[in-house]
Amino acid sequence: MSAVRKLQQRPVLLEVSGVSKSYGGQVGCLDVSFSIRPGEVLGIVGESGSGKSTLLACLSGRLQPDTGSIIYDMKDRGPVDMLLLSEPERRRLARTDWGIVHQNPRDGLRMDVSAGGNVGERPMAIGARHYGNIRAEAQDWLQKVEIDLTRTDDKPRTFSGGMQQRLQIARNLVTKPRLVFMDEPTGGLDVSVQARLLDLLRGLVRELGIAAIIVTHDLAVVRLLADRLMVMQRGRVIEEGLTDQVLDDPHHPYTQLLVSSILQV
Amino acid sequence: MTIIRLHARGLSKTFTLHTQGGTTLPVFEDIDLQVRSGECVCLHGPSGAGKSTLLRSLYANYKPQSGSVMVQHDGEIVDITAAEPWKVVEIRRFTIGYVSQFLRVIPRVPVLDVVAEPAITNGRSVEEAHAAARTLLTRLRIPERLWSLAPATFSGGEQQRVNIARSFIVAYPILLLDEPTASLDAENRKTVIELICEAKVRGAAVVGIFHDAEVRDAVADRLFEIRSTHREPTEIPCKPVPDLPTIEAVA
Repeated sequence: MSAVRKLQQRPVLLEVSGVSKSYGGQVGCLDVSFSIRPGEVLGIVGESGSGKSTLLACLSGRLQPDTGSIIYDMKDRGPVDMLLLSEPERRRLARTDWGIVHQNPRDGLRMDVSAGGNVGERPMAIGARHYGNIRAEAQDWLQKVEIDLTRTDDKPRTFSGGMQQRLQIARNLVTKPRLVFMDEPTGGLDVSVQARLLDLLRGLVRELGIAAIIVTHDLAVVRLLADRLMVMQRGRVIEEGLTDQVLDDPHHPYTQLLVSSILQV
Repeated sequence: MTIIRLHARGLSKTFTLHTQGGTTLPVFEDIDLQVRSGECVCLHGPSGAGKSTLLRSLYANYKPQSGSVMVQHDGEIVDITAAEPWKVVEIRRFTIGYVSQFLRVIPRVPVLDVVAEPAITNGRSVEEAHAAARTLLTRLRIPERLWSLAPATFSGGEQQRVNIARSFIVAYPILLLDEPTASLDAENRKTVIELICEAKVRGAAVVGIFHDAEVRDAVADRLFEIRSTHREPTEIPCKPVPDLPTIEAVA
C-alpha cells in the first residue's frame, strides 16, 4: 500500500482523559477525554465561552489543568504524562515535536525578525547551524505558503494579515512537528485567503502525516479540514464523531441548533 | 461464486428534531440488504421514502438507531456503524466510494486536483493520479480548458460529472451512488452507465438511487423497495444476477 501508511498501524499519539480546568467557580472545561492518531485532524467547535481555547491551552501545555491526564507518545521516550514533565522538558517538546498556530499571528511570530529569520529560528533552536541550509529551508517553506521570496528579509510587520498567518504556519511546520494545535487558523482572514490556506493546510497534513487539533467556530472550515469533530458547550463535550456525521445528522439539541443556524451564501 | 461485500442488518433510522419541538420522524425500520460483488442494487420508492437516508446510513454519514452495516474491508468484516471514526475514515478511503448529489470541495482548487485527490490520498503518485483524472474527465466530456479552473462556476451537470470522476478514480470495492445522472444529458448518461458497468465487471458491489428508467434498466440487477416504516420492505427481482468472478479470481 505504498506511500500512505494506514491509520490502524499507527499508535495513539495523544491520549487525553478526564481533563478539567476551572477559574474559581467558573468552569473552563469539564472532564474532556479523547485520543488522536498521526494523520488525524480533529476539529473542536462551540460558541465563544464554551471552553475550546481553555482546552487547547491545557493540551498544548500553556495552562495547567486541575485534574486529568494528557499522555503524549514522545519520539524517543514513548508515552509520557505531559503534566508530570518539567517545565524545560515541556518547552523543548513544544519547540521540536509540536506546532502551535495562534489565532493572532502576532502572538506566534517575532515581529522584529525577518520572515526568513522567523522560519529559520526553529531549525536553529534544535541544532541546525549551517546558514546556507537554514536559509534554503526557510525559502522552501516561504514558497510552500506562497510568500514571495523577495520578501524573505522583510519583517512581518510589513505583511498583510493573511501573509502573517501563512508565515506563522510555515514557522510552525518547518521542523515537521508531529502534532499541531491551531486556534482559529483562518479567523479574521478574508475568504479568498481562507480558501488558499485551507487547501494548503490539507495538503501539508496529508503530505507530512501530522496530527492536528483545530479549534474554530466556523463549521464550513471544519467540514473541509477535519476528519473528526467535537462539539463543546459550557465546558463539556456534548457530541463527537466523524465530522460529516455530526454536521449532517446531529443528535444533541445544541448541535442541531448550531448546524441549523448556519447562514447559506 | 460471488461474495457479499455489504450487508445491512436490522437497520432502523428515526430523526428527532430537537429544535422543532422534539418532533420525531421515523424513516425506515428493520432493513435487511445484502449486496454481492458485481451486483448493482437500485433503491426504489417514492420521494421521501428514505432512499437517500438509507444510502447515507450505509456510508456512516447518518447514524442509525439500531442495526449494523457489515462491510468487507481489507480482508476483514467491519461493522461501519460501530467502527471508530479513524476506522471509518480508512474504510471510506479504500473501500467505499460515495457519489453525493452535490459537489462539495475546497474553493479555488482546480478541477484536475479535485478529481486526483482521492487517488493521491490512497498513495498513488501525483503524475499517475493526474493521468487517471485526465482520462476520466475526457470520458465525461469536461473540456480541457476547464481543467485548470475551480468547479464553483461550472454548470450543475459539469459539477456532477466532476463529482463522478472524483469517485471513480479509485477502484472502490463498494460504490454508493445518489442519483449520479440526475442532471446529465443523454451522452453523458451513457458514459456513466459504462462506468458503472465497468465497476461491476471488476467486482464492485453497487447500491444506487436512479430515477432515470434508462439508467436503472441498464445497470440495476434488482430493485430494493423502501416503503414507509411500518411495512416490510420487499424485494422485486429485476434481472437474474449474473455469476461474476470475484476480485480475487480476476486478479
